[in-house]
Amino acid sequence: MKRFTAWRRRPWAGYAVVLAALAAIGVIYAGFSPQSDRAEAANATQAAADLKNGQQLFNQNCASCHGLNAEGTKDAKGNPIAPSLLGVGAASVDFQVSTGRMPAMNPGAQMPRKEPIPAFDTSIRTDYAEPEKREAAEKQKAQAEKNLADLREYVTSLGGGPAVPPAGAVDPKGGDAALGGKLFRTNCAQCHSFVGSGGALTGGKYAPPLDKSDVTPTQIYEAMLTGPQAMPVFNDTTLTPKDKQAIIAYVVQTREEPNPGGNGLGRIGPVSEGLVGWLVGIGLLVLAAMWITAKKPKKLKKS
Amino acid sequence: MSEASAPKAVEGPLNFLDDRLGSTTFFKRNMKKVFPDHWSFMLGEIALYCFIILLLTGTFLTLWFHPSMNEVHYDGSYTKLTGVKMSEAYASTLHISFDVRGGLLMRQIHHWAAILFMASILAHMLRVFFTGAYRKPRELNWLIGLGMFTLGMLEGLFGYSLPDDLLSGTGLRITQGVLESIPVVGTYGYMFLFGGEFPEGEYGDIIPRLFTLHILLIPGLILGLVTAHMMIMWHQKHTAMPTQKQTETQVYGYPFYPVFMAKTGAYFLFTFGVLALLGAFAQINPIWLFGPYDPGAISSASQPDWYMGVLEGSLRIMPNWEITAWGHTLSLNVLIPALVPLGIVFGGAGAWPFVEQWVTGDKRHHHVNDRPRNAPVRTGVGMAAVTFYGLLWLAGANDVLAERFHLSLFATTWFFRFAVFVGPVLAYIITKRVCLGLQRKDADVLGHGVESGVILMSPDGEFTERHEPARPEERTVLLSKERAKEQPPATDANGIPAPGSKGPMGYVRSRLNRAWTFDDIPVEEHGHGDHDGHDDGHTIEGGKEPKQISH
Repeated sequence: MKRFTAWRRRPWAGYAVVLAALAAIGVIYAGFSPQSDRAEAANATQAAADLKNGQQLFNQNCASCHGLNAEGTKDAKGNPIAPSLLGVGAASVDFQVSTGRMPAMNPGAQMPRKEPIPAFDTSIRTDYAEPEKREAAEKQKAQAEKNLADLREYVTSLGGGPAVPPAGAVDPKGGDAALGGKLFRTNCAQCHSFVGSGGALTGGKYAPPLDKSDVTPTQIYEAMLTGPQAMPVFNDTTLTPKDKQAIIAYVVQTREEPNPGGNGLGRIGPVSEGLVGWLVGIGLLVLAAMWITAKKPKKLKKS
Repeated sequence: MSEASAPKAVEGPLNFLDDRLGSTTFFKRNMKKVFPDHWSFMLGEIALYCFIILLLTGTFLTLWFHPSMNEVHYDGSYTKLTGVKMSEAYASTLHISFDVRGGLLMRQIHHWAAILFMASILAHMLRVFFTGAYRKPRELNWLIGLGMFTLGMLEGLFGYSLPDDLLSGTGLRITQGVLESIPVVGTYGYMFLFGGEFPEGEYGDIIPRLFTLHILLIPGLILGLVTAHMMIMWHQKHTAMPTQKQTETQVYGYPFYPVFMAKTGAYFLFTFGVLALLGAFAQINPIWLFGPYDPGAISSASQPDWYMGVLEGSLRIMPNWEITAWGHTLSLNVLIPALVPLGIVFGGAGAWPFVEQWVTGDKRHHHVNDRPRNAPVRTGVGMAAVTFYGLLWLAGANDVLAERFHLSLFATTWFFRFAVFVGPVLAYIITKRVCLGLQRKDADVLGHGVESGVILMSPDGEFTERHEPARPEERTVLLSKERAKEQPPATDANGIPAPGSKGPMGYVRSRLNRAWTFDDIPVEEHGHGDHDGHDDGHTIEGGKEPKQISH
């Protein structure tokens, strides 16, 4: 103890303590630092790999029309073939690819919704009874989800843009369907029809139906956010996220709601009603008339 | 018709009535009234029975419907509209649909009955037209029928406007536009109907006004016309199809009591059954899906009920023509589609019986119907009208057609713009040729008999098929065709114009008469080897060998 006290008073003692402390910190830091460095390095490698994967997918599936740098392409006359994807954002990529519209098959007035290509098909079924089959399907689905995420990431890295909405923002249960109905009738029904059964637009374009369950709430949100094809953009100042959720609530609840009056006849209004009236109504009554007039009373049978 | 006394079951009540009203002779005479039997004669009855069901279900609906445009916030059991601002009319219709027991079923039966009412009137009118049943002495009933169809269109328009949903408000908006497009008085007419500016007028009068028209005035008028229609029909007796025992002076069929009464009673039940089936299993006018009317909102696939589809179609394909002169605008883009196509069809239909009489010079009474093939010009014109109407009708649904069949919307518009002119002409030509072909076939059956399926070999080895004369019933039907009467030559030997062919009108008349008669084909019995009337080369087997034909 005495020696320690004596050393404490030496002139170099202060430097020694500081040095020791620095060394200790250094040791402790060294204990953690190489690890996080490795982690960071690993993350960076992974991200780079993901981005690379995204880029590869882009080059394979998108670049032939949108250009190797997503700058868009034009034909010989200068008419655009495909638009630039700089700044379209993850939401747009997610919408176009998850609905199968992109990669496009054959360009027409409008890209139709179709089954996504296998590399991006996140809606495949995985509920197989056989474990191997199920495992393979689950693996494929996980890969498709990763591919889609990587592609989104890559396109975002080119110029930013709106992100994919979080699950909470698109949950139909969280929206006010009555408000959504009002907003739908004011903003959407003129093209998509009153319950979203779709409608024709000019020049061979059309508003696709929203009344099938494969149109997911996320896709509806993304469509409003990014305005794909003939659709206008409803950004967050036109329709707030709450409004968008209300519209999703209206669309989803309406399509899930049973028809209290019987068969909905396609829910397309008086055209199908008139058709049924003539074919079924008049048809049945004509048959009845033929049957009644073909009957001859026994007593009065004359011929 | 019958001298026999009425059956016992009728005798008792008749005596009771006779003691008090002295009307037994009327009932006795009419209980035995004879009605000819043919399925197409029932089409008009569908309309009659639909009308009765419309009155009954309509009365049910008025018990809960509030014809009011007061704004309320909905708090009924359809939660997707909870708290939404709407008119009381719309709210009460939701109430009928979701909270009144049987209300939705009644609403749906009412609406389906309206659809079938109009559809059966049209079908009945087509039957009457194509069989020539409108001819003298029945022109008045034909006009009454046209009047009822027109009133039915208005009645339907006002009826589906009452719930004040998005679709009906859109219809009223078009009604307003059509009213406004009428020159000079249009704006006054619109202000008068709506009691102020669209959508509700100054005091929210439009729905109450439409309600009164829909439940009182127009049904009253239709009821009166139905009564007149039935009484005239009863008095003039029903036309009949050409059958063996039917003549121009005597109706052949079944007595009202008991046969026809049982049939028609059963048919009422059939009509009611079909309406109940449709009302229970096919959803119609789901106003909760349309939402309340909001002038700022609109839906695609906004169509009227089918009977207004012609107007909708002509409006949709009309080019945007307007004339502005001296500070006034003449909206031809609305006025023409609103007035011209239906004007042609209804005006033409109303004038037709008289035009036909004038052209053919046929002023006789007709009680036996024509077969459509035996009046090719009439049938052709009828089919042209059907094509015209049908194309405009389809044009009214062009966006639904484009959407469902993946067509270009513009392409459908341009297609209908041309088809509406070309289609009727083609329909006329094709129908007339088909009619004449059928007439030739009839002439052939009478001239050469029907194929018996018996193949004969002549001694020199030729095969021929033996033809047998048609059965008597069939021959009566075939022989019901009259030869069209040739117009006397325009001037006789002394150069004196024939009566009725003087002046420009006479010229038109003789030209039309020629068009009516020039290619008439005689369908008559004639002797062996008589070949006139089919020098058209229809050389079916045996036709070359008149000696083989036995009559």
